[in-house]
Amino acid sequence: MVARAPYWKTLTEPLIRQNPVTLQILGLCSALAVTTTLATALTMSVSLTIVVTLSCGIISLIRRHIPDTIRMIVQIVIIAAMVIVIDQFLQAYFAEISRALSVYVWLITTNCVVMARTETYASHNPPLPSMVDGFGYGLGYSLILMILGGLRELFGKGELFGAQVLPLADQGGWFTPLSLMLLAPSGFFLLGGMVWAIRSIRPEQAEAPEHTPPARMEPA
Amino acid sequence: MAARDWNPLRRLLALPNESRTKTILVAFLVSAISAALVSGATVWLRPIQAANRAAEEQARIAALVQGIPGMSDLLEQSGGTLSTVVIDLDRGRAAAEVTPATLEAALADPANWTVLDAGQNIAGLGQRPNFVQVYLLRDGDTVSLLLLPLSGQGYGGRIDAIMALRGDMNTIAGIAVTQHSETPGLGARIEESSWRASFPGTELRDASGELRFRVARGPASGVHEVDGITGATRTGRGVTQMVRFWLGPDGYGPLLDAIERGEF
Repeated sequence: MVARAPYWKTLTEPLIRQNPVTLQILGLCSALAVTTTLATALTMSVSLTIVVTLSCGIISLIRRHIPDTIRMIVQIVIIAAMVIVIDQFLQAYFAEISRALSVYVWLITTNCVVMARTETYASHNPPLPSMVDGFGYGLGYSLILMILGGLRELFGKGELFGAQVLPLADQGGWFTPLSLMLLAPSGFFLLGGMVWAIRSIRPEQAEAPEHTPPARMEPA
Repeated sequence: MAARDWNPLRRLLALPNESRTKTILVAFLVSAISAALVSGATVWLRPIQAANRAAEEQARIAALVQGIPGMSDLLEQSGGTLSTVVIDLDRGRAAAEVTPATLEAALADPANWTVLDAGQNIAGLGQRPNFVQVYLLRDGDTVSLLLLPLSGQGYGGRIDAIMALRGDMNTIAGIAVTQHSETPGLGARIEESSWRASFPGTELRDASGELRFRVARGPASGVHEVDGITGATRTGRGVTQMVRFWLGPDGYGPLLDAIERGEF
């Protein structure tokens, strides 16, 4: 148990306490773009988790031999190769979802979550902890994506994974879909709400204000 | 470190990370391994992707036919299927020696392609096949619907589409875009049904027989135009040129003439 504890901590830390999306505000572009349905959110989450875990492992394996001058280039080449392999795989076996994700799978290459983990953790730690760390951050990202995707699909279409959950008003039920949920702004609202909720429960996550507001002048 | 190590890999790894040799060699090795991985995945998965695309094209043809008003009734009358014919483009009639099954093999032979000169090459293709597979629906002796595959150069790459023509061979019944690489959100909207909805009813030629079809800049004016997409001028021009090339004398022109004369 003693030896396992650090791995467990590395794995669970990024879920809420160090969550890449809600605490570090990384990878927002994809988090907002692919969460209109649960199926795309799940595919994106799984793809990113696989990419970040494998890239962390590979980069950590060769971390002692990556020349400092071309460090970023080597990391990006490895991440990009992983992303292309995953994209080809999706196009072959999940053609429908791959079309829905369109460019966002390629954009995993520049996803800050992946870059942050390979640069800050995997290039200084042995392979196994690096992979656990990458996997943990992948799960943290996935958790937020799934919550966002679930909320947006449920309230936007009354469906979960494409199956009707709430009976629609125009089919004799009571639920009127909120079309706003399927548009990009609702992603911002929901994510903002989640960040606010998490930071009110865990006040240590709130950032210190950058500016102190000027003292209010009393009306003369 | 008494004796010199003769294993080149170990000598490479022993070099300091800042040395120029190691920097170049590490960069080369990482790129080579990544390239092998990517090529391997692409080659291995290509047959499955090709099968997916073929299935998708069939589904789009079906959706295109379903979307044309009154078409499902016509389909039912004719037995529920479109007939598939390979056309010899130069002669404008069904190819005698090429069937849909042997089309792929025939097109692998460069002799079955025609190189287009600068004046003909308005769709930016450079060459066109001599044989094309089209789909048609007969109503008695006359052709009531003709589905023609088109391809042309768009802004981001090649656009493949299928256009449906009504029996008069002048009125567009619908269009389906089967493949494109246009900019998402701008040119890629050629795929959306809201844009494609402006095609049905549009006419290709004016009374003198000249091809007048055009993707307008902005909203369509007149019966020969369809709405343009804001911010996708070059995609629109690509679609215009594609339709003008394929329905003109170097494309399906001879075939359309033959159908109009009732010889097909």
